[in-house]
Order: sequence, then structure tokens, then C-alpha cells
Amino acid sequence: MKKAFLGGAVVISMTVGAVVSYASKPHDAVVQDTDGEAITLEAGHGSLGKWRFPDAVPAPADNAITAERVELGKKLFFDPRLSRDGNMSCASCHSPMFGWSDALPTARGFRSERLERATPTIFNTGYNPIQMWDGRKPTLEAQAMGPMEASSEMNMDLGRLFKWLNTNPGYRAEFARAYPGEAIDANTVSKAIATYERTIVSKNSPFDRWVAGDKSALTPQEVRGFAVFIDPNKGNCSVCHSGPNFTDNGFHNLGLPSWGDPNPDVGRFAQKAIGKMKGAFKTPTVREAAATAPYFHDGSAETLEQLVEHYNKGGVVKTNLSPNMKELNLTAEDKAALVAFMRSLSSPVTQVALPTLPN
Amino acid sequence: MKRIYRILAVGIALSAFNAQAAEIVVSQKNKDFSQKHVKLKVGDSISFRNDDPFFHNVFSLSDTASFDLGSYPQGQSKSVKFTKAGTVEIECSIHPNMKLVVEVQ
Repeated sequence: MKKAFLGGAVVISMTVGAVVSYASKPHDAVVQDTDGEAITLEAGHGSLGKWRFPDAVPAPADNAITAERVELGKKLFFDPRLSRDGNMSCASCHSPMFGWSDALPTARGFRSERLERATPTIFNTGYNPIQMWDGRKPTLEAQAMGPMEASSEMNMDLGRLFKWLNTNPGYRAEFARAYPGEAIDANTVSKAIATYERTIVSKNSPFDRWVAGDKSALTPQEVRGFAVFIDPNKGNCSVCHSGPNFTDNGFHNLGLPSWGDPNPDVGRFAQKAIGKMKGAFKTPTVREAAATAPYFHDGSAETLEQLVEHYNKGGVVKTNLSPNMKELNLTAEDKAALVAFMRSLSSPVTQVALPTLPN
Repeated sequence: MKRIYRILAVGIALSAFNAQAAEIVVSQKNKDFSQKHVKLKVGDSISFRNDDPFFHNVFSLSDTASFDLGSYPQGQSKSVKFTKAGTVEIECSIHPNMKLVVEVQ
């Protein structure tokens, strides 16, 4: 009899233990996310797998990443002599001082001409299968010559450029090392710049460490912000800002105030004449958001708080609005948590040493 | 009497044609079409079903068939009939990685 009682006591204590263990978790430890999947808000949990950042950046078969190509690409990226006036490089707009952007609402181009769209960050563009705010370029290679050629940007005379590169001993040697046997032309210049851009990566943020299992990497407020971010009934952010790079590489009209301008920027519609694409722009990454203000393609939000307020309202000019946009009714705590989470997507700053350029 | 036979003959021919026309279902799931390449006969249809918990679109700007089914949410389907032989490239305008090629024979 004593034995039977003892057995019962063991059963009871095990049951109580299980209840206590379950009850000790916060009530919202599991969130049904925008993909309809149950996400457990615990550092290193298996359900966080879709936010694990890929180890290697993809590169085209004919442009594998090598040290020589990175070095050459970096020099070209920082060289202002690739512009007509000799005073504007890729880095003039995509500056490492401002999260590989320019801290301006919209970019300034040739002789400070004001351009229509904000400078997107270079961070993690190597992972994107489509480039530019309107997706008009498929790869970094396809994009690279664009700003040099554009009359409103670097406005370079390409004939002059290639003549100079082909007669500059320093660059000739660099190209021979990076692309032996290949001509110095738009193809190799593009490939070198794209290769350098593929090295500009943000993947070691507190959020990444939390996904990998470091419980102390995020504060409770940042974890709450992540929950708001992925919950379709709260922030609904991950419906577009999905995956480890926080983008669906898709196109959405966010109902920004500028969409109500007399002749607004139609965005993706100019590339794909489908009604829903009027005023739609590519989803940018949220990584390094803290370093890349202002926000949106028109630079209309100066801070992350303003950005959250825009989404909370479900947009302002709602003609042709993305069906993913809706009024969110977030609490002040949710909004603050969301901003804290976005700030947790910043990796430690990598110091960039400026290259010495060939004379 | 002759006329009745003629009408019956046309009716039988039409129902035989309809019996041959097929409709296949292509799902939109995990930001992808469930099939990347489909072969159809002229007169066949594809029903596009959204199985993701967010909106998708279906469109084509191909010469063989140009259409825009608009954007619709999870659980809804929209159908397209292919009336001309050729190649049709179909995409989701919201998620341009979603691509499907239909060969209509």
C-alpha cells in the first residue's frame, strides 16, 4: 500500500511539474505568423529557422567572388573619376557613413540635381533576386552601369571612361588580376562592382544571435517587437518584410502621401503595366534600419517612429493601396517594441578603409 | 427532319469538344506556383488557387494570352481559358519570383 501511494505521489509531482513549466512561459510565447505558421518566441527555437541568414552570398557562375575582384570592385566603387565631373562615385550616394545610403530624403545626382527616389542601401543587395525600387534590373551586374550612364546621376561619357581605364596602368593591372584575359569594358566593370557590393552584408545582429540561440541577445521588449512584427493581427510587417533579409522582393503601394501628388511616381507600373503595380515599389530590407533613415522610396518618414505611424494608419492616400495594408490599431507599447525590434537588426559596424586609387 | 438531325449533330460535336477541354488547378503556395511549366491544349483552362494567407496576383502580358486576374486572398480561385496556341508567361505582379510558363498546343 505504501508503495502504491508512493507511486501516486510521483505521478502527481510530475503532473504538477509539467503544469508549472507550461505556466511559467509568457502567454504569448507562440505567435501564429503571417505565413500561418506557429512561431515559438524562444532563442534558438526550430520554428525560427526561416530567419536564419544564409551562410554564403550567391554569385553568378561567371563572376565568382575572389579577393582580386573585391579589391578592384572596391576601387571602382569609391572612384569619383567614373563620373563626368570627376567628383561623384557610387559611394557618394551609397556611403558607408550612412548605412551605405546618403541620409537624404531623395538622392542628389549630377550637379546636385534632386532625384525622385531615395537611395537604397547596398546592405544585403547581393541576396536580392531583383534590384532597384521598381525592379527594372535583375542583378547587381545589370544594375552597375546604370548610375554611371544616367544623365541625372554620374552622367559619365562611357567612351571616355573605358578609354581611360584601358590606358591607366594601375587599373590595367588590377583588371588583369581580377579578370585575366577579359576586356576592360562594361561587362568587367559591372562584374567587379557587383562583387564588391556582395561583400556588404549585415547578418550578425542581436536578432541573428537570438535566432541562433543566445537568450540574452534580445531584450524582452525587442522579442515583443518581433512578435508584433510577425503577427498578422498586430504589425503584419512580415507579410512583406519576410525571411532572413526581411523582404519578399515584391512590390506594394503603401499609400504614401506623395502618391496623392498631381503626377506621382508610378513605380513598378512603368516596368509591368498591371493595375495593382501603380505606385508600387519594391520591399526594402529592414536590416540596418537604424542606420538608413529616412525611410520609404520618397524619404517621407524621418524616423522609425514616423514609419510605424504610417503603417498604423493603414496608409494615407489609399487609391490602389496594397491589400496587405490595413489600420493596425497598435498600442503605444507595441509601437515602441516594434521600433526596438527594428533597431535590433543592426550588425556591429564594420570599419571601411578607403582604397588608394590608381593614378 | 433533316434540320433536326443537323442540330443534333452539331450538339454532339460541341459536347464532344467540351468533354475534351480540361481544367487544371495551379496552387499559389509559399510564394510560388505549384507548377513551373504546364502543357495545355487550346480550349483548356487553368484555375489559379491562392493557398497563401496573403494576397497574390496572376497576370500575363504575353502575346498569346494577355490578362490580369487582379489580386485575391487565400481560398479564392480564378480561372483563365487559353484560346490560342503559343507560349504564355505568367507571373504574380506582387511577387515577381513567381513564374509559370504555359505551352498551349
